[in-house]
Amino acid sequence: MTDLAQLELDLINAIGGAETAAAVEELRVSALGKSGSISGLLKGMGAMSPDERRERGPVINGLRDRVQAALAARKAELEAAELDARLKAEHVDLTLPPRPRRKGSVHPTMQVMDEMIALFADMGFAVAEGPDIEDDFHNFTALNFPPKHPAREMHDTFFLTPDPGTGERKVLRTHTSPVQVRTMMTQKPPIRIIAPGRTFRKDSDATHTPMFHQVEGLVIDRGVHMGHLKWTLETFVARFFEVDDIDARFRPHHFPFTEPSAEMDIRCDRSGGELKLNQGDSWMEILGCGMVHPNVLRNCGIDPDEYQGFAFGMGVDRLAMLKYGIPDLRPMFEGDTRWLAHYGFSAFAAPNPASGLS
Amino acid sequence: MKFTLSWLKEHLETDAEIAEVAEAMTMAGLEVEDVHDPVAALAPFTVARIVSAERHPNADRLQVCQVDTVDGLKEIVCGAPNARAGLTTIYAPIGAWVPGLGVTLVEKPVRGVVSNGMLCSAAELELAGESDGILDLADDLKVGTPAAGVFGAEPVIDFEVTPNRADWLGMAGIARDLAAAGLGRLKTPDIQPVPGTFPSPITVRIEAPEMCPVFAGRLIRGVKNGPSPEWLQRRLTAIGLRPINRLVDVTNLVAYDRCRPLHVYDAAKLVGSEIVVRGGQVSEGAEHIAAGTHEHLIALDGKTYAVDPAMCVIADAAGERPIGLGGVMGGESTGCADETVDVFVECAWFDPLVTAQTGRTLTLTSDAQYRFARGVDPASVVPGLELATRLILDLCGGEPSEIVVAGEGPASPAAFAFDPARVGALTGLSLADDRIAEILSQLGFEIARGSPWTVTPPSWRRDAEGPADLVEEVARIEGYGKLPSTPLPDLGAPSKGVLNPRQARVRAARRALAAMGYAEAVTWSFTKQSTAALFGGGDDRLRVENPIAADLDCMRPSALANLIQAAARNADRGHPDAALFEIGPIYLDDSPTGQRTVIAGLVAPRAPRHWSGGAEDALFALKGDLMALLDALGAPTASLQLVQGQNRDWWHPGRSARLQLGPKNVIVEFGALHPRVLKALDADGPMLAFEIVLDAVPEPRGKATKARGAASLAPLMPLTRDFAFVVEDGKATGDLVRAIAGADKTLITDVRVFDVYRGAGVAEGMKSVALEVVIQPRDATLTEAEIEALSSKVVAAAGKVGAVLRG
Repeated sequence: MTDLAQLELDLINAIGGAETAAAVEELRVSALGKSGSISGLLKGMGAMSPDERRERGPVINGLRDRVQAALAARKAELEAAELDARLKAEHVDLTLPPRPRRKGSVHPTMQVMDEMIALFADMGFAVAEGPDIEDDFHNFTALNFPPKHPAREMHDTFFLTPDPGTGERKVLRTHTSPVQVRTMMTQKPPIRIIAPGRTFRKDSDATHTPMFHQVEGLVIDRGVHMGHLKWTLETFVARFFEVDDIDARFRPHHFPFTEPSAEMDIRCDRSGGELKLNQGDSWMEILGCGMVHPNVLRNCGIDPDEYQGFAFGMGVDRLAMLKYGIPDLRPMFEGDTRWLAHYGFSAFAAPNPASGLS
Repeated sequence: MKFTLSWLKEHLETDAEIAEVAEAMTMAGLEVEDVHDPVAALAPFTVARIVSAERHPNADRLQVCQVDTVDGLKEIVCGAPNARAGLTTIYAPIGAWVPGLGVTLVEKPVRGVVSNGMLCSAAELELAGESDGILDLADDLKVGTPAAGVFGAEPVIDFEVTPNRADWLGMAGIARDLAAAGLGRLKTPDIQPVPGTFPSPITVRIEAPEMCPVFAGRLIRGVKNGPSPEWLQRRLTAIGLRPINRLVDVTNLVAYDRCRPLHVYDAAKLVGSEIVVRGGQVSEGAEHIAAGTHEHLIALDGKTYAVDPAMCVIADAAGERPIGLGGVMGGESTGCADETVDVFVECAWFDPLVTAQTGRTLTLTSDAQYRFARGVDPASVVPGLELATRLILDLCGGEPSEIVVAGEGPASPAAFAFDPARVGALTGLSLADDRIAEILSQLGFEIARGSPWTVTPPSWRRDAEGPADLVEEVARIEGYGKLPSTPLPDLGAPSKGVLNPRQARVRAARRALAAMGYAEAVTWSFTKQSTAALFGGGDDRLRVENPIAADLDCMRPSALANLIQAAARNADRGHPDAALFEIGPIYLDDSPTGQRTVIAGLVAPRAPRHWSGGAEDALFALKGDLMALLDALGAPTASLQLVQGQNRDWWHPGRSARLQLGPKNVIVEFGALHPRVLKALDADGPMLAFEIVLDAVPEPRGKATKARGAASLAPLMPLTRDFAFVVEDGKATGDLVRAIAGADKTLITDVRVFDVYRGAGVAEGMKSVALEVVIQPRDATLTEAEIEALSSKVVAAAGKVGAVLRG
């Protein structure tokens, strides 16, 4: 008995003192290998009498199990230590910067265009488009600008070089109203569209650029009147500026293509360079609108005695400036990466009814 | 158009203050641009009298004055040479803001003597441009009288006259609308005819009735010209006009009072006794005059104008000598001066379009031109002449002839039928017929109430042509504030979205590129013609005839030039690593079909250095972005052919390619831009770019339902086999990849190039391409023999494109 206890003590001590996995393995072989000390004891059990075996068997098996467990435990211990050491050696300095990633952005004008399309889509407006280079008919005549009329001068039109054959002089559209004309000439009422796009006027100062963007709207149906116009625009403007209600006023104006015509002002306070809606004493004009002139309907093949409707138009860049506090119009078109990074929008800020406009 | 409250009150009986007037105007459609109230600016200033003036103890040019002011006796230091005891002048207290100096007065010593206020010059009060001393006022003015009262200063309204409303270019017209809007009672004085005492010795003949259908005039003899009385000078000065002399001032007064321009000729300077109204003449050629020479007129502004046949000329000397441009400006030769004794007064009606065109052609405008171009009331020809006669007789004396009238004015606006129910139908307002009739009558419309009504517009409202115009009149006078707010019938959002496939792709491309790290730019549709030429454009037909700037004179054939220039500007500012994109139009011709939408991207590959070493090859990074973008757009990327060496000449010939669906359907060109083009645009290279012609990218075929086909998710593990092939260096690796992928389209799902090697072990002029072929077993695990057979097919396929398995 003393022999076995001594053997166990020696083995357990040796296992505890093993410093490497190889030493543990060596001990395993010496104890449990083919000619190991414990293996020898186990083999010796075959020669025992049944009584002796009944007595010695559990003792030897117990010794084997405890040594096996000690070996496994030591092995696991050593492996864990080895892993710890390796991982420690794998340390990296995570304060180092990652490779810089370019940050893209969506232009504020285009973001606002998307916002407007989303809002009008919700009110049942489809999106119509047309060419930037227009003829006189679609840009002026069909819209009730008589030839040579002073109203045309309000538009500071860009002209292309006349056609050497016909002498016809194309224009860069001064508004997206020609799209309304094209729509009315090809679709039957009821019509509910918006026409977003580039527009051009020969004008350049702090608040004008020779190219800008408009969204115009057109609704033609039976019985559509100025009250509908007023509701549509009040609703749109409030939703666009993300307020519950908007303090707006409609003021008579003159456009050749609408009768009656109006401009819409919103009450605001712009002191301190920030737009505070529904406050203060000043009114700011934000769009023009009116009931489509019967001559325009007639020019587009629609019977003004049967159908009527309204149209409106607004400057997208300007509304982007107002909403997002962009102080100057001109950098909009300069492609300055710093400006684009500051005033641009995330790719994932696409307007949607769940998360809002931007 | 500017006017003063006092002038308005000659036509409108009202107690309204200036702010009320401005508000009423705005809400009636007369868009007020500015209300200038000098009364407010002058409020702190009052009349004062200098009691004594002593030499300043420390300064020769300064005087220390004891001044009797509204605030009592004040010691004030004054540097004006005319300061003296007894002088009546204007006093500004401490704290007053002096508009001419732009400062607020503070109490501070002037060379040791505290000045308790300031004595003011006209310039300091902005009553004059410059002054050489303090104001010297009448001695009978009481100390403390407000300065505003002394100078007759009063508020001025400036408003925008829309081109349809010439009648608002006269006080009477403004007053009429304001009276209708409820601001007061219209009281424009009636015009009393002045009988002539002798026949006019000067007659008028109209040769160009299409330019000037009616021309009235009369001689007034024995007038005495000279400076106008103070009331008239003040009235004109207040609205920014310069008083000239009585005769000229009368014409300005009538122009602004009644929107009735006139002209006055010095009769002594007229040649002959007939005035001829005709078109401009071009010489047929004579001695010393080349054929085609235009006649000239030296106008009252002292400038010489070449007259063309589309312009209306007033001539004397039997029609030979031009003495005025009808409706625009008179000639210098017959202008009135202080010595003028006999005058011929013209009151005519000139065609709006002719007058407008003349103004445009000569870039010459005047108060008369501005009014005639918009349409003066034709019925005002004789009354306007009578009013001018009365004023001239009152101011200059003289004796008028009878009136001569040549021609006949254009017909008055025609009556038309009007159903008052149109008001409600178009505006949603509910107004009683009586109210509608009341508004229209107040604006001068004549109404015959029947079923429907018959409405005749007044002679000055040639813009009112139909029922919609009347509806606008009623609505704006009633007030747009009373319009109802009526929800549009709810159609709901369209079930399939509102964007067509092209618009939806533009939107997807925008968000995809922004997510890939490109910043969206929006740049001009125009560029410089020579720049357009670098990109295959610059056609004369796309040249802008009147560009805003010389370098923006042509429609762009590509968006790349603008992006290159933007990147170069960023580099000049110290930010050379731009990644920009633009989705917008290019213009191939001037027809509606010549406009295409492009998606252009540009990278200036100047990534900053990084501690981890080199980055991905920028050109292939761009190609990767492009392929991902095309995939996001639903382009058939698998069927696109990549063709190298055929890009247009703004691309680097060796480092660019195009993707196409056949040679006639190029979808995109991409790669490095040509250094020559970059140099021409002052941009430092390299720059990499792509330009997708969106219209060329076929749209995915529409499907009846949105259901996806069944997914094929193979249950077996894919395996890979590596190959290395030796192929001529000049051969496109893409061809090899494509050939191998085609060796067994069922089993081979991917072919990945993982090495391209030239050098030792590979013959000169050859390259070794190492590939990993991904094999996806379909129905059962592949046996070694099957894999071997597939490998043989791969080698055979590579062999067809000249690649040999590397030994």
